[in-house]
Amino acid sequence: MAQALMRYLDPGAIILGIEAGNDQEVIQILSDRLHDLGYVKASFAAAVLAREAALPTGLPLGLDNNVAIPHTDPEHVLKSGLAMATLCKPVAFSNMEDPDEKLQVSVVFLMALNDKDQQIEMLQEIALTIQSADTITALIQSDSVEDVSRLLG
Amino acid sequence: MTKLKTVLFACGTGIATSTVVAHAVEDALKERGIRFNARQCKATEVAGQIDDVDLVISTTQLPKDLGKPVITTLAFLTGIGKADVLDKIEAALRD
Repeated sequence: MAQALMRYLDPGAIILGIEAGNDQEVIQILSDRLHDLGYVKASFAAAVLAREAALPTGLPLGLDNNVAIPHTDPEHVLKSGLAMATLCKPVAFSNMEDPDEKLQVSVVFLMALNDKDQQIEMLQEIALTIQSADTITALIQSDSVEDVSRLLG
Repeated sequence: MTKLKTVLFACGTGIATSTVVAHAVEDALKERGIRFNARQCKATEVAGQIDDVDLVISTTQLPKDLGKPVITTLAFLTGIGKADVLDKIEAALRD
């Protein structure tokens, strides 16, 4: 299946093999990167962290490796974009559907969303991507941006 | 002609996952010959928007006592259990 997620992923915002102690660290690292690349305002990281605490974004895939899609309101975003991290050790995110349930997450897509019509396609591509267990496994094993590009291009 | 039912799609921001779910459900139910009015809102706004709504579909937890049928599902994001959820949605809208 064609994976077109690279249309949205900035190669500079792909960070592989992060060593993070918790979900907040991952969100902070990816938010800083999106800020450095000019996608989001300085207020973005705090807004995503607050939202994640109140309304978590972990998605259970029925695998050992789950996915999270943190995001926040458009007012903190300058232009829409997407950052991605793979984690060398999974960290716990709460399940979007049931915040009391913790999911071990190995891949995080941080979305900078500012336009309702554009971002739907980005999120649909993320959904398509994560519905392939093979793709998720291959993403976790990727050790270069080129690998990720081939996988998601 | 019976009146079209109204489905309220909810998520944390009211613009992100609920948009994906609304598109997916509309497409899938069109194939099953069912049309409906779709609206979206934040999870926190559902209680105030519920009066003319026949079914709520949410990706996130909602207050318990909304007085209308609620389906909470991530199936349209993760692909897991999609056919079952579509059957439930179809049943709720055919009543």
